[in-house]
Amino acid sequence: MAEAQNTPVGSTTAGAIAVAAESTVATRMSAPPSFDVADFPVPHGREEEWRFTPLERLRGLHDGTAVATGDSLKVAVEAPEGVTVELVGRDDARLGRAGTPVDRVAAQAYSAFEQAGVVTVPKETVLTEPIRISVHGQGGVAFGHQVIELGAFAEAVVVIDHTGDVVTAANVEYVLGDGAKLTVVSVQDWDDKAVHVAQHNALVGRDASFKSVVVTFGGDVVRLHPRVSYAGTGGEAELYGLYFTDAGQHQEHRLLVDHNTPHCKSNVAYKGALQGEDAHAVWIGDVLIEAKAEGTDTYEMNRNLVLTDGARVDSVPNLEIETGEIVGAGHASATGRFDDEQLFYLMARGIPQHEARRLVVRGFFAELVQQIGVADIEERLLAKIEEELEASVA
Amino acid sequence: MATLEIRDLHVTVEADNATKEILKGVDLTVKQGETHAIMGPNGSGKSTLAYSLAGHPKYTITGGTVTLDGEDVLEMSVDERARAGLFLAMQYPVEVPGVSVSNFLRTSATAIRGEAPKLRTWVKEVKETMERLSMDPSFAERNVNEGFSGGEKKRHEILQLELLKPKIAILDETDSGLDVDALRIVSEGVNRVRETGEVGTLLITHYTRILRYIKPDFVHVFSAGRIVESGGAELADKLEDEGYEAYTKGGVSA
Repeated sequence: MAEAQNTPVGSTTAGAIAVAAESTVATRMSAPPSFDVADFPVPHGREEEWRFTPLERLRGLHDGTAVATGDSLKVAVEAPEGVTVELVGRDDARLGRAGTPVDRVAAQAYSAFEQAGVVTVPKETVLTEPIRISVHGQGGVAFGHQVIELGAFAEAVVVIDHTGDVVTAANVEYVLGDGAKLTVVSVQDWDDKAVHVAQHNALVGRDASFKSVVVTFGGDVVRLHPRVSYAGTGGEAELYGLYFTDAGQHQEHRLLVDHNTPHCKSNVAYKGALQGEDAHAVWIGDVLIEAKAEGTDTYEMNRNLVLTDGARVDSVPNLEIETGEIVGAGHASATGRFDDEQLFYLMARGIPQHEARRLVVRGFFAELVQQIGVADIEERLLAKIEEELEASVA
Repeated sequence: MATLEIRDLHVTVEADNATKEILKGVDLTVKQGETHAIMGPNGSGKSTLAYSLAGHPKYTITGGTVTLDGEDVLEMSVDERARAGLFLAMQYPVEVPGVSVSNFLRTSATAIRGEAPKLRTWVKEVKETMERLSMDPSFAERNVNEGFSGGEKKRHEILQLELLKPKIAILDETDSGLDVDALRIVSEGVNRVRETGEVGTLLITHYTRILRYIKPDFVHVFSAGRIVESGGAELADKLEDEGYEAYTKGGVSA
């Protein structure tokens, strides 16, 4: 890759394709998955799953010192007719089906939340308007749990907006019935001090399609862990991500696609732009093709564009293959920088400096934004990218 | 008539923690409609002249003046110089990931012309210019210089020259790395622009080969950071026969 020749100082791009009899994705974790926070030791920062994360900035989410305060998060759900929106207790049987917490903070969230939100789209219900969930931080600490379930052949778009200031840990579950189609856009547009750690678990039914779009702009620390597994053959998952990491921000996206079922597809594409001193983006892309997952087709890609000195990217794709009977598997990772020579080239064609920067960043994200397939979201994202750029140029 | 005047230009560059003077008093006047070839051995400072005129931040001007129609070029930023009518076709055009050629050309033309070109005529203009340069239409959708062959990069530079219609075009070793076919296509592009009579051309080259396609009005021999001899097209023939030895003995040049 041409871009890779231009890796900025301090950034790492490492990848591995392993052919193994047994998964090392699981054994790399310090403890097996569990709903109970007590099953995880307090991380010290050298564990594989924590080594990129500034623990001291998690404000106690990882060591039990963060305690929920009242009214920290205001959650509002706006749903079209036919959709059921509920708040349920911890013992509700619909919780915890799509996945189990894999690290201490996710387990902490599961152990500490009081009520969970459950949004249900009944079978064969095709929504024409999105479900909008607004999550607004009002200071303090909050633990959350959210389930979004689509019955068989239901179709829905869900937009989750995160704004305001809070220290929060949460688990989000997406349960897709057979043939269901779900697009989820999760926008992290937090204020500068917010800390947001969440595990997203998607369980994709037979012949179902799951599309996740994760957009991270704000926050002091955002660490998201989108995970996908399949409940039946023919499932498809598209995981798209876009982040714009500014000075001092830590934005970490750790993905896992577990091909645990034959004849399923996955496509992962994350792109990030970074600018400013100590902007730090981390991308971990794990894809596991289990021995029984014949006919798997998967590709994962991460691209980073470093706009200024002082920013750092760690990008680690891992592809683990336990069967050779697959359609395709691949990964790519590259980190390039927008450097003085590129700037000179564009300016030598009459293009002013701020316009040159915008041109490059817009172009970099445009292709990915077009994958979202929800027009008003696409426009909003492009506008938001412009806004980030304006703020940086000023 | 547009005139580029270079007077006693001195330029230094920082290398290995030392300041090195590369240009040691360059004098040159290029008028609209004229073609000047600057020829010289490697390391004589030809490319430094090109990049200094365009305003590359790596080079520091320590003395002299450069004016375009009396305006102080050295006071202008890189983009202002381009909008004033200076164009540099680069020897090593850089890749700009994420920006398509078509988007780049239109943004550039908008900046240079001061308003966005009308879409219909623009599309036609780009298409026809690309055809004349034997460039496939799919080229427009590729990212700027990304994965381009050496010949494609040079054609892309000349495409910009034709579309942006500068007052003064500086072609920095546009011929290097081109096979004969590509050299002919690129030269034809340059000649189309020259034939308008509206551009002054500064053709920087190491070889005389390109001068068979692009006939210069003046030839200048560059050595050790200065113009050491000037003449007409016949000077190029002399260089073809005798090489640069006459100008470099004394060991002043690399």
